[in-house]
Amino acid sequence: MSSVKLDLNSPALARKRKIRNFKDTVATHGIGVGGISVIMTIMLIFLYLLYEVAPMLQSASIDKTAEFDVPGLTTDESTRTMFLTSEEQAEIGMRLTESGDVIFFDLKEGGIISQVPLLDEIGSKVSVVAEGRIGSRTLILGLENGQALIVKHKYVAKYDQDANRTLLPEIVFPYGEEPIALLNEPVASIAMNENDENMVLVASGNDSLAQIVHFTKEEDLFGDGFELERYDAPAFELSLKADYLIIDAEMDWLFAANESGSMERFSIEDVDVVESFGITRIIEKGERLTQFEPLLGGISVLAADSSGTTSQWFMARDKEGTPQFMKVRSFIGDDEPTEIKLIATEERRKGFFTVDSSGVVSIYNTTAHRSVLEEQLISNPVDFMVVAPRADALIIESSGKLKVWDVYNKHPEVSWSSLWHEVWYENYDEPEYIWQSSAATNDFEPKMSLAPLAFGTIKAALYAMLFAIPLAICGAIYTAYFMAPEWRRKVKPMIELMEALPTVIIGFLAGLFLAPFIETNLSGVFTLLLVLPFGILLFGFTWANLPQSIRHKVPDGWDAVLLLPVLLLLVWFGLTIATPIEQMFFDGDMRTWVSRDLGISFDQRNALVVGIAMGFAVIPSIFSIAEDAIFSVPKHLSNGSLALGATPWQTLVRVVIPTASPGIFSAVMIGMGRAVGETMIVLMATGNTPVMDWNIFEGMRTLAANIAVEVPESEVHSTHYRVLFLAAFVLFLFTFVVNTVAELIRQRLRNKYGSL
Amino acid sequence: MNISVKDWYKSGSPWIWLNAGAVALCVIMVVGLLGLIAVKGLGHFWPSTLYVTEYQNRSGDQKTILGEIADSELVSATQLKSAGYQVPADIEYIERDLLKVGNRDVSGQDFLWVLSTSISKQTAPENLIAVERREWGNFYGNLVSVKEGDKVVASVANGGFESTWAALQERIERALAIQEEIHGIEKGDIGSINYGLERLRLKERGLELQGDSDPIKLQSIAEERAGLNAEYEVLKDQLNGLYSQVQRDQLLAKTIDGNEVSMSLSKVVLAYAPNDMGFFDKISHYIGKLGEFLLDDPREANTEGGIFPAIFGTVMMVLLMSIMVTPFGVIAAVYLREYAKQGAVTQVIRIAVNNLAGVPSIVYGVFGLGFFIYFLGGNIDQLFYPEALPAPTFGTPGLLWASLTLAILTVPVVIVATEEGLSRIPRSVREGSLALGATKFETLWRVVLPMSSPAIMTGVILAIARAAGEVAPLMLVGVVKLAPSLPLDWNYPFIHLDRKFMHLGFHIYDVGFQSPNVEAARPLVYATAFLLVLVIAVLNLAAVGIRNGLREKYKSLEH
Repeated sequence: MSSVKLDLNSPALARKRKIRNFKDTVATHGIGVGGISVIMTIMLIFLYLLYEVAPMLQSASIDKTAEFDVPGLTTDESTRTMFLTSEEQAEIGMRLTESGDVIFFDLKEGGIISQVPLLDEIGSKVSVVAEGRIGSRTLILGLENGQALIVKHKYVAKYDQDANRTLLPEIVFPYGEEPIALLNEPVASIAMNENDENMVLVASGNDSLAQIVHFTKEEDLFGDGFELERYDAPAFELSLKADYLIIDAEMDWLFAANESGSMERFSIEDVDVVESFGITRIIEKGERLTQFEPLLGGISVLAADSSGTTSQWFMARDKEGTPQFMKVRSFIGDDEPTEIKLIATEERRKGFFTVDSSGVVSIYNTTAHRSVLEEQLISNPVDFMVVAPRADALIIESSGKLKVWDVYNKHPEVSWSSLWHEVWYENYDEPEYIWQSSAATNDFEPKMSLAPLAFGTIKAALYAMLFAIPLAICGAIYTAYFMAPEWRRKVKPMIELMEALPTVIIGFLAGLFLAPFIETNLSGVFTLLLVLPFGILLFGFTWANLPQSIRHKVPDGWDAVLLLPVLLLLVWFGLTIATPIEQMFFDGDMRTWVSRDLGISFDQRNALVVGIAMGFAVIPSIFSIAEDAIFSVPKHLSNGSLALGATPWQTLVRVVIPTASPGIFSAVMIGMGRAVGETMIVLMATGNTPVMDWNIFEGMRTLAANIAVEVPESEVHSTHYRVLFLAAFVLFLFTFVVNTVAELIRQRLRNKYGSL
Repeated sequence: MNISVKDWYKSGSPWIWLNAGAVALCVIMVVGLLGLIAVKGLGHFWPSTLYVTEYQNRSGDQKTILGEIADSELVSATQLKSAGYQVPADIEYIERDLLKVGNRDVSGQDFLWVLSTSISKQTAPENLIAVERREWGNFYGNLVSVKEGDKVVASVANGGFESTWAALQERIERALAIQEEIHGIEKGDIGSINYGLERLRLKERGLELQGDSDPIKLQSIAEERAGLNAEYEVLKDQLNGLYSQVQRDQLLAKTIDGNEVSMSLSKVVLAYAPNDMGFFDKISHYIGKLGEFLLDDPREANTEGGIFPAIFGTVMMVLLMSIMVTPFGVIAAVYLREYAKQGAVTQVIRIAVNNLAGVPSIVYGVFGLGFFIYFLGGNIDQLFYPEALPAPTFGTPGLLWASLTLAILTVPVVIVATEEGLSRIPRSVREGSLALGATKFETLWRVVLPMSSPAIMTGVILAIARAAGEVAPLMLVGVVKLAPSLPLDWNYPFIHLDRKFMHLGFHIYDVGFQSPNVEAARPLVYATAFLLVLVIAVLNLAAVGIRNGLREKYKSLEH
């Protein structure tokens, strides 16, 4: 018999071996790369959320883009700037001179685009300029001859064949080219405000008399303009010489302030009966008021003084309910503040810029009570400062030069305090926690306090845990320790199967079935709370007193099975006796009784419904882990205890549960993590109103539900969008930490049992 | 032998009983919930009897209504009194029935609460008809006649109910056949033409953007467009013909108050006479309705008809997701278990992966929206679909992003399950393979992976079950309440990953909570919920079964 000689090194086999080794190497690297990249992708979630949140934490930055001589400024005194502003995209600047010339110029190089003389025919000079409603591009010019002129600057975009855009600036006269005669002396201070129907104008000269004029606008038949009706109300006396005048947005109040810091408030709701409401000091004694400006929206007023402090004031009701002019918050630079020279307010946000006498420019946001930038930009005295409408450019005139900066200040509205602390919002009488992220109007103050949402999340989770913990843990104890094995094998998978039940189904049942059921059977629900435990105990005691022959027919660990019909009976009984109980104690209608006699507001979709529904959803998670923990306590521990004469219950309480307690704790934590992040149930079973109240009969809005509702509608990369990402990040971090702690505890427990 | 309360308490039994009660209560809740969904969901398709009810309304007027009983509940007398009802003094609780009276076009409301005490007479006479319509919900009433144009073809007064009814059914069938043809043309042929026109427009725009003004290309586009338009004209004529045909027949019926209502058969989906039906008729009606529910498109803002697009969308999304999640999950698990150096780092990664399964799903939704849609999708649009801008192609929620988001959401499930499977394979098996000269990859590919395939299956099935039930993230990344077209059709490239889709879970949320007529939609929501529960329960039971089988299989190897 000849043996076949096997040549393991034949060229064919060697080649094959090479290929196999090559495949192996490729696979090793491929799997390595693939595996790491999958894990990296998962980690990417964390990084990406952080990446979206991070821009909110950045402070503003500012870049100089241009510097040029002030266009049209000569040695002639009458060419000096009375007002400076910019067009929407910060491409064109506008300057108003004392002689009444409007000069439009390019904001990159300073070339003059056009020049419009306003006062050539009138033959007077501009003595004071005030802006109308912020963002309306309307200016009111007080003249030296005692008249006033209202102008509006407009920019029309024109496109040529190649779709290149040019902006054509123009001046329009919304209230006519004819100046409005007001005083017999040069106008020293002036203010106006308007809405769609009315315009109010107040001016005062060097004495303490103020002239008030009311215009009613009536729309033309053709809708392309309006007719004006002027009404001159009687002049009224000021107690002080007004250096600054401001009319609020509703045109209810007139604020007149002088340099020494006294502010007199007038009600001008009825221009015929202007009434003084007394004088308030708005700055510290010994300081000088250097600026007095309205903030966007015309509700708040900013007062800056010679000490470098700027304070925000608005009308709010005091404890007695009377409207008062109140100081809401103040802003001061960090190092060596000096006298504030100028204030420039933003047109889209509740923010403003200040510049002090040493040339330090600061950017503030009022809602966030935050300074986003403080930087020395200029060394010479500043003559004029203006912020472009989109707050992306800053223009300063100083010693005959105009300097332009690009401003990067995307998210000034957010600060730690605006997210988590009480904030005193405009139109509110005291600081409050409020989530109200958007509204129809441009000058709305976004209220982005995460506190009510976090509160809602905790409230929902807490009520859910109140319902779930006792049921899940008691159930786990019984299933793991007392229940007959054949039943355990059935019950455990069944409850675990519920973990996979889509929460949308639980939420839908909670909202459409449970909520109305609880509303009509409120007394029944509370009766069950008493009837069920007492009924079970009563049954247990009766059972213990039954003759042995009957008791022994039922094997050990079948108690729960016995209880099934008993419980059904008890539920029926509880709901039945609830009726007479309701008749006896609650006038036949507990729901009305709760809202009428207890004075607690009652929503149909409330925390009780959420508690039960979400509790039901987290029971399987808690049950499953706790049951595992109890079941895996080594049998010799409990057997030893039983052998020493302890009753099963004593063994359980003194031996088994202490050993399993870390596992039970981690089960509770994991359940908690699930309840905190649950979205659909809360979305469907509550009214989603962000209230802060522990009331079990009221709803809540949770972080998760809030994200689901608002993210699709929020503008990409806006502050609102990023705050929602922050909410997601908080949820992520919270559940991740909770789960990690729970997991670590579980692993320690496993190691401990391993050694036993 | 009697036990005193004190001894009983000392023995600890009360506590044991209470714990037992907790388990029993959990079980009751679970079973009750499933039972509730099943009963409410499945009961909806059974034809309910129509009752003629005479009752006294709140202001004391005698009324006669016709409808089916949809619900009934007990209300306390005080509540009713405060709502302005006249309630006898000695009664504390009154049953009230919710009657579905239909005829929304006539009466304005299709549901009515009636107090049982105010009902003076309730009968279920024969020959009452229920008509399901494409608009205005159901109609209940008496049949009067069937008309063809202005000509009466059959009428109850002359020919009796039976013959009129037969004529009606025959004509409804004809109308439905024409409707189907219309639907086929509108959705299929005209849909294709529109799709082709849109593609041509994009092609033209693409050429324009590239600065390519090659007259030949433009010419061919123009020719194709002209061809499509010509095809469209032909189809339009055909459609007009069908429309005039389908509107030929009319059904004249009388409501219970005697108002005559004329309905075009083009608007009728089904007419049946529930009170005349025998048991087997009812069963066939039931099966028909069930089939409609599973296979038809929704009607009337999703509150009637079927849920086929939602089922289809869910299945598509889940399939795509599993195609993505399986290889990556397995590779990651293999890397972690077989290739990576075991130590503190892998342990940390393992815990992190495990915990990601517990991160709220909405967080994944936010991530998907921000990263996939706005970042990736936005860039894809810039690079590959500039001709469609500013209308986004992939920079908007859609099927691809939804599947991808859910893949990331479920990848931890697959990793954990696969790792568990890998760890169960005894070392001896691997060592045997290596000792025979196999490389590591060969061992993995030929021995380890096949042996752990049931575990991988378990993981994938669990992932699918989770994905099928997830709604919150999908609301951000791709589902819509009503998708105009399915993500799969006969137009190139057949699978439209950029399309939005419908989803069972979202359908439940939307119809149950955002629908204008929640009361009418509720049974359908229960049915949808039942379907979803059924699918998920089956998937989970399959996973459990496979896992148990796997354990049995390798028990013998563990020595």
